[in-house]
Amino acid sequence: MVATELDNDANLERILAEHAGMEGPLLPILHAVQDTVGHISPAHVARIAKALNLSRAEVHGVVSFYHYFRQQEPGRHVVHICRAEACQAMHCEQTEQHARRELGVDYGGTSADGLFTLEAAYCLGNCAAGPTVMVDEKLYGRVTPERLAAILADWRSR
Amino acid sequence: MALRIYISRDAAAQALGADETAAALQVAAAAKGTSITLTRVGSRGMVWLEPLIEVEDASGQRIAYGPVTADDVPGLVQAGLFDAAPHRLRLGRVEDMPWFAQQERLTFARVGVIDPVSVDDYVAHGGFAGLKRAFGLSGAEIVGEVLESGLRGRGGAAFPTGIKWRTVLEQHSPQKYVVCNADEGDSGTFSDRMLMEGDPLCLIEGMLIAGLAVGATRGYIYLRCEYPHAGHALREAIEAARVRGYLGPDVCGSGKAFELEVRMGAGAYICGEETALLESLEGKRAEVRYRPPLPAIKGLFGEPTIINNVISLASVPIILERGAAYYRDFGMGRSRGTLPIQLAGNLKRGGLVEKAFGVTLRELLYDFGGGSASGRPLRAVQVGGPLGAYLPESQFDTPLDYEAFTAIGALVGHGGIVAFDDTVDMARMARYAMEFCAIESCGKCTPCRIGSTRGVEVINRILLGNEKQANLTQLENLCETMQHGSLCGLGGMTPFPVMSAIKHFPGDFARDR
Repeated sequence: MVATELDNDANLERILAEHAGMEGPLLPILHAVQDTVGHISPAHVARIAKALNLSRAEVHGVVSFYHYFRQQEPGRHVVHICRAEACQAMHCEQTEQHARRELGVDYGGTSADGLFTLEAAYCLGNCAAGPTVMVDEKLYGRVTPERLAAILADWRSR
Repeated sequence: MALRIYISRDAAAQALGADETAAALQVAAAAKGTSITLTRVGSRGMVWLEPLIEVEDASGQRIAYGPVTADDVPGLVQAGLFDAAPHRLRLGRVEDMPWFAQQERLTFARVGVIDPVSVDDYVAHGGFAGLKRAFGLSGAEIVGEVLESGLRGRGGAAFPTGIKWRTVLEQHSPQKYVVCNADEGDSGTFSDRMLMEGDPLCLIEGMLIAGLAVGATRGYIYLRCEYPHAGHALREAIEAARVRGYLGPDVCGSGKAFELEVRMGAGAYICGEETALLESLEGKRAEVRYRPPLPAIKGLFGEPTIINNVISLASVPIILERGAAYYRDFGMGRSRGTLPIQLAGNLKRGGLVEKAFGVTLRELLYDFGGGSASGRPLRAVQVGGPLGAYLPESQFDTPLDYEAFTAIGALVGHGGIVAFDDTVDMARMARYAMEFCAIESCGKCTPCRIGSTRGVEVINRILLGNEKQANLTQLENLCETMQHGSLCGLGGMTPFPVMSAIKHFPGDFARDR
């Protein structure tokens, strides 16, 4: 645990150094932290605030405003399911139901085995071949419940 | 010489297995001892035919096959794919297919054709010709061309692009910015994504011309984080352009500087609203700004800023290359030029159709779209994203034209068309519109922040059959308050889908459940 904390600190200092002198650096820093560490903790918020001469409340306000930023560690993979109109027109609610059932969680939750965090998305830009699901950065079209089961099985076996 | 094969790297093609097909082609070619050069291109826009592959035949023509899954590859190769031989998946030349031949591809002319991140390929297909002409013009002359072309903001608001540019040109400031709004959050839209993945240099050229026109030296592309593939393509293209001297302290030896950077959003629909986007770029919560001042006067970091949608900026190179009149001659009424239309939802042949304004919804839904994917009758379409009205079959003959749509209480928006078959429950869609507004509201103004949550509750009562008539009246009052009292289009336009659903599909609200 201690080692991870130290690693995180080193990562954070490196990220802050890389973004020094940038215009409007807060979102790029938050992205870099989340990409590297997986989430943005209260300790990260405090250190980032100090580096940018902002209050912790200001940084926390930004982290909590955006749906994409997470304050808890996610599962190994993040499953985004599109809930927007074009996917609804192709009955994505059935795909959503399957995801909730198979992973045993609702949106924002992580499956008990720690493998998948389930997230809602509001359009992934694949609107001519819905329902659409994205696992990490891999996009899938025409995702019926059966196809989702096969996709999750594939990611489990990786 | 190696055989040339083209396959898309577009996210939609990847979602249907293009990467797996490409890998299978490499394996099959190696097994057969055929040397192939596989070029990853953008998508031609025929999403129902993805993964689409094109093979160059002996005469240099590109012969398409699709949809080709990885499992189809061995059989296809055995049947003579590498000689462009007949096969049930053979489509012929894309340009000869009616779905494609009936389009007017101006902004999307190169998408699906060229290697998106190759400057040489871009230039060989007419790229940077607009920029070259712009170098010989004054800022005011460039702005004049854009004004005269009649180009209006393709993000959805349809505000004349040239007027924004002229306002920035008139400002005196040592630092001006060009910001590209690539926060394409509307459901049913993907033209920005396709352009950025299929011809990112065209967007870069448009931003360069904008910078030249108004004297801006820095540009930002604010890209939604749901589009990682577009991010990769943009960064590759920016690097390629920089290496070739199109970006940097001295663009093409002109002595003028232009730096360009991609910034990622973080999953907030409100960032499609331009002032919220600017707040986000500055590193703040994306709360909508009061205006005045306009972004053209006090925009990013308080400096004069051009902020335009991807398609608006990517339409500029052809306007400069061919002249304002060429572009203006397409279209109808006050809607000039072409619109990249996205056919989405429950359609048999979904994808991207670029047409001059004036094409009707019916032509798009049936001639291009082929009717529903499910085979059931189409019942409703939503045009212009989650803030667009739902239209019934009786309005399908409306031409795509900003004013014609305004006249029926609808909007063209960013050109996304989402089709629903007769299984759709319009009362639930109305509730979803309110739910979406509640999720995405920035919280700055009360009608949007509170109104949307109250809206969900009121529709829930209607669905449960509690004092149905009284609650419908309540809902209409609430919509009126949101429409007139909200600070921006999110709260102000959420009533459009709600009220149009009530107006055109009253039975879905009246029936007992």
